[in-house]
Amino acid sequence: MRLVGSADPRREHLGAGSAADHADRTAIARRRRIRNGIETGLFVSPALALYLLFVVGPLIYAAYFSLYHWSGLGAAIDFVGLHNYVLAFQDDLFRASILHNFTIAALSIVFQLPLGLGAALLLNRRFPGRAALRLVFFAPYVLSEAIVAIIWLLMLQPDGLVDHFFRAVGLGGLIHLWLADLHIVLYTMFVVITWKYIGFGIILFLAGLQGIPGEVLEAASIDGANELQAIRHVTIPLLGPTIRIWGFLSIIGSFQLFDLIWLTTLGGPSGASSTMATYLIDHGFRRYQFGYGSAASVILFMISLVIAVLYQGILLRRDTEGAVTRMVA
Amino acid sequence: VSVVAYGGSGVSGASWPGVRRRLMQALALTVALLVGAIVLVPLFYVVVGGFRSTGEIAAQPVAWPQPWMVHNYTEIVTSSSFWHEVGNSAFIAIVATVAVVGTGAMAAYPLARFDFRARGALYALFVFGLIFPAGAAALPIYLMLRQLNLLDSLLGVALPEAAFGLPLTIVILRPFMRAIPAELEDAAVIDGCSRFAFFWRILLPLSGPALATVAIITFVASWNAYQLPLLVLSDSSGFTLPLGVANYYSQYTADTARILAFTALSMVPALAFFVLAERRIVGGLAGAVRG
Repeated sequence: MRLVGSADPRREHLGAGSAADHADRTAIARRRRIRNGIETGLFVSPALALYLLFVVGPLIYAAYFSLYHWSGLGAAIDFVGLHNYVLAFQDDLFRASILHNFTIAALSIVFQLPLGLGAALLLNRRFPGRAALRLVFFAPYVLSEAIVAIIWLLMLQPDGLVDHFFRAVGLGGLIHLWLADLHIVLYTMFVVITWKYIGFGIILFLAGLQGIPGEVLEAASIDGANELQAIRHVTIPLLGPTIRIWGFLSIIGSFQLFDLIWLTTLGGPSGASSTMATYLIDHGFRRYQFGYGSAASVILFMISLVIAVLYQGILLRRDTEGAVTRMVA
Repeated sequence: VSVVAYGGSGVSGASWPGVRRRLMQALALTVALLVGAIVLVPLFYVVVGGFRSTGEIAAQPVAWPQPWMVHNYTEIVTSSSFWHEVGNSAFIAIVATVAVVGTGAMAAYPLARFDFRARGALYALFVFGLIFPAGAAALPIYLMLRQLNLLDSLLGVALPEAAFGLPLTIVILRPFMRAIPAELEDAAVIDGCSRFAFFWRILLPLSGPALATVAIITFVASWNAYQLPLLVLSDSSGFTLPLGVANYYSQYTADTARILAFTALSMVPALAFFVLAERRIVGGLAGAVRG
């Protein structure tokens, strides 16, 4: 999200008048300023109202209620200070949930990046059926999490499609209780997550690839680079900004993870697949600990914020300096 | 383009590099088909499974229906609850889309083209929403909706969805509106056009492609949403399609074939929409990130 240097589109040309006009001109300028303010207000206020009510408001709500021991019914009167936060960080399950979020984020970067990049490089080539294949790769991305969760729930059932596949290819020994094994379930969920979201990465990488001018690759080939060298030393560095933005979205997404987990395992068995988002919904809505759930919400928000700020500061800053254009030009 | 460019066509002729290129091509195609199968097999499993019976599926998960039975499908298509859920989803998605495009475009105009002191701060406030995780917002939004008496109402889902769509909308629309030349606005003003008239008659039509992108992203996100509807809509008469799919699963846990049929039918709107609007969805997502 780069900020383009601004040029005021509505420069006011008042003309160079004499000193006698001065009072008149300031009056006009003031009236204009007031009108400008009113018009701005009229244009901005509907969006601002919506945004304050449903984005900023809830954040303030959460911060407020997180200081109370509150069941969600009646007024919050039992002020407990930061006790909810202390409790959350003392809870093994909450700490495990945070770890699960970080695990999913790390796995996403490590596995989905090469996978998505490889698929995008493939789809960027010309071969028969490419358009159809593109459509196929993207399809899971437009399906709702609910549909994806149900499909995989059914396929992952003991003796279901997945187990039959493993047996058919002679890997029957690898079969586990995919969604019930404490040590497996998080990785099972990661496979489902990858199936669902890899299309998004491919979309981004493809768009990035199409932004790389052919001349650059031509130059590399004239200099004697083979295809793999060209990919490694030209294509991937030029894709840097796209990759970094994908990484950002992927990490933020990993920290929001709720739907797929809730629908398949509810965070279980015994918390082995819980995330911060499933944890806080579980405590807020199923156990009526709205004060405590609010505290977990605030923690989730703060973690996302810190990661976003760090990531922007360290990795994305370079992109705003026009890395691509400089390298290409 | 690139394949030809650095595949070594020119002087070196068709010898070694040519063979290698063809090998790479074959490898690429194989991998592509393999990945394609990983995506398609689950989808086929669902659609085909809907034509089988639960007994058959339990005995042999991978097989063609014998015979093809349509009653799982016909039962769902003739039930009112399926269509009710489609209607609820459509209503929420349309309201959210109209709200986000309408208010977002209005807000993006001054943020792109007016000069006022709070502009930078206001834009930053909206952009800040991009990193606000919906997972963290769900619980407090629920509390807010309860305060506003909007629980169990479709508007209670649509309005927060629109609000959370605003950051991306404004981030996409602002540079687009800014790129429209100032001369155009000056000319309109000279012709006696007010800012409102300029916005309505010139800026909005010119922003068409960006508005379409924003609308499609919001619509798809709303159509697929699960968490917020789950919390807000507790009465089954308000269920959206994702809630309906999940509900159908828990209701007929033992009847796999029925669940598969319901899931298959619920995929149709999203996939149809995707096939029709693929270029815009793909272009929009890619453009949104680059913008």
